[in-house]
Amino acid sequence: MIDFESTFKISLRSLYVNKMRSILTSLGIIIGVSAVIIMLSIGEGAKQRINKEISSMGSNLLMVLSGSTTSSGVRMGSGTQPTLTIKDAEAMLIRCPSVLEVAPTVSQVQQLVYSNQNWSTSVSGITQGFMPIRMWEIESGRAISQDDIKNTTKVAVLGSTVTTNLFGDMDPINKTVRIGGMPFKVIGVLKSKGQNGMGQDQDDTVLIPITTAQKKLFGTDFPGMVKHISVQAKDEESLSSAETEIKELLRERHNLGKTKDDDFTIRNFTQMLETAKQASNTMAILLGSIASVSLLVGGIGIMNIMLVSVTERTKEIGIRMAIGATAMDIRIQFLVEALLLSLAGGLIGVVIGILGAKIVEMFSDMTVVISATPVLISFGFAGLVGILFGYYPAYKASLLNPIEALRYE
Amino acid sequence: MALIEIKNLIKTYATGDTYFNALNDVSLSVDNGEFVAIMGASGSGKSTFMNVLGCLDKPTSGSYFLDGIDVSKMTMDDLSAIRNRKLGFVFQGFNLISRTSALENVEMPMIYKGIPPEERTKRAKAALKIVGLEKRETHMPNQMSGGQQQRVAIARAIVNDAPIILADEPTGNLDTKTSIEVMEFFVKLNSEAKKTIILVTHEPDIAEYAKRVVTFRDGNIISDEYNKNPKGIRSSERVAEGEVSLNDDTDKAGG
Repeated sequence: MIDFESTFKISLRSLYVNKMRSILTSLGIIIGVSAVIIMLSIGEGAKQRINKEISSMGSNLLMVLSGSTTSSGVRMGSGTQPTLTIKDAEAMLIRCPSVLEVAPTVSQVQQLVYSNQNWSTSVSGITQGFMPIRMWEIESGRAISQDDIKNTTKVAVLGSTVTTNLFGDMDPINKTVRIGGMPFKVIGVLKSKGQNGMGQDQDDTVLIPITTAQKKLFGTDFPGMVKHISVQAKDEESLSSAETEIKELLRERHNLGKTKDDDFTIRNFTQMLETAKQASNTMAILLGSIASVSLLVGGIGIMNIMLVSVTERTKEIGIRMAIGATAMDIRIQFLVEALLLSLAGGLIGVVIGILGAKIVEMFSDMTVVISATPVLISFGFAGLVGILFGYYPAYKASLLNPIEALRYE
Repeated sequence: MALIEIKNLIKTYATGDTYFNALNDVSLSVDNGEFVAIMGASGSGKSTFMNVLGCLDKPTSGSYFLDGIDVSKMTMDDLSAIRNRKLGFVFQGFNLISRTSALENVEMPMIYKGIPPEERTKRAKAALKIVGLEKRETHMPNQMSGGQQQRVAIARAIVNDAPIILADEPTGNLDTKTSIEVMEFFVKLNSEAKKTIILVTHEPDIAEYAKRVVTFRDGNIISDEYNKNPKGIRSSERVAEGEVSLNDDTDKAGG
């Protein structure tokens, strides 16, 4: 067997001699590799966006919603029957070991008015636990304090969308807005979180003390009732135990016998997002697989051209054999040619793939994340395709009979 | 032992149910330094004999000792190495690899011998100088005349220091003048470099250059004669006069 350097040079030479053909053959691999990289980068982008969403929503989050009312046999849906109370939330914090923090919340859509501007949005009455659980941060001013809750002060923290709509470029701090006709002092503005996974604007919100909401703003027949309770579990592993603990506690507190249905609903948002993450993963794998098929087709292109090349160069193979090339030398030469084609295609594909991903990012609102893994995988796959599809033509070349090959015209 | 020792060589081809003996019990021995012409009409078995002699084909039965080695039972891979080290081929159609420079064509046998690149280039340049083509190193086969191409092929045949040169109708594609030049080159290789030359031809005046003429007919050797007066470099006077030069780089004839 001959040294690799010489084989490499011989192969490179033959490819160079047939420049156009070599480029066209590589094209299949170029398209395949760049498609794989673009698809996987889009998939990775989707995954990271969901991850960001999980962290913006709050990690290890459970949502406890009050039950549904039934009026004349018509069930009204979650949250219509006020069954949860602040006391329920406090009890969770004490009696459920897997629960780290709770945030009972009441909310209603209210009309906000400032000067000649008005805006309708969801107003939430919150406790102190709410902001840390839901990953809200203050942009300017201050958050709602324990004193505000104790004293039922009429203060409000505005989301950035609300601020823009009511105040434009003005600083809203210490201004007075009317919420449902009632004057509230703006004490803070929330840091923007953008859209959530469903495309809702999370910044279109107003926070006020829960006590103020219950006692002054929202007229309610059931004092102390809350619409939902956000619960933060200690960690990801304790999410399901927290769910069980809360369920047992609430059934006990609400005096539900063994036969009665729950009068509340527990939603595991983290789990939902995990599911979404898995879905996007599946999507990424699916897109990647489709792109891989084009890589495979590129490989068939290589095999096709290599077979043509072997036939066309039968005489050359005969000459090489006559002057001392072994079957193995010939086989390796053609295999290296196929490998060079696929690796060169792979390399160009990587460049085009990365550029393509950047272009997608530039011209669409998709998040595109280019990481090393898909680049390495697709490049490696290109090499593998080269070996797999290059082997048969190379094997065929090595089987040629030197006498017949020499006679070939 | 002779350089080439062939005994009772039989080569049988099967076509359907019938068997055909292309070579029928051929024995031949060639000593080191001989210049043998193998003659015969087409179908006489001389090409088959040449293929076996060139280790490109294996005999059906019989023995073939080349330089003391029994090659008749060797595998194709081992035969590749024998071809590479013991034999140099010169073909009728030159058989240079196209779109590959003269130098690279000459280097090729050394690649398969595993000679390092610098050494290869050095020796290939030396071989091209011997055939008088040192100025044509970078030329592609299609940029050279037939005579020049055949001289590149000769350089390729001698570059690995093979003791035997097998020439299969080397002048078949060349005009008379170029044929003479090429043949005189073989004479020179035989007399000066002491190469054993085996030449297949059907042209009697080409065979006249050989010291020994073996004639085939119907798969048998029908005559094996020594030529008392082979054509030497009969034009040595003419070379001196400048009519014919072996190192003629201005050769445009042939093809």
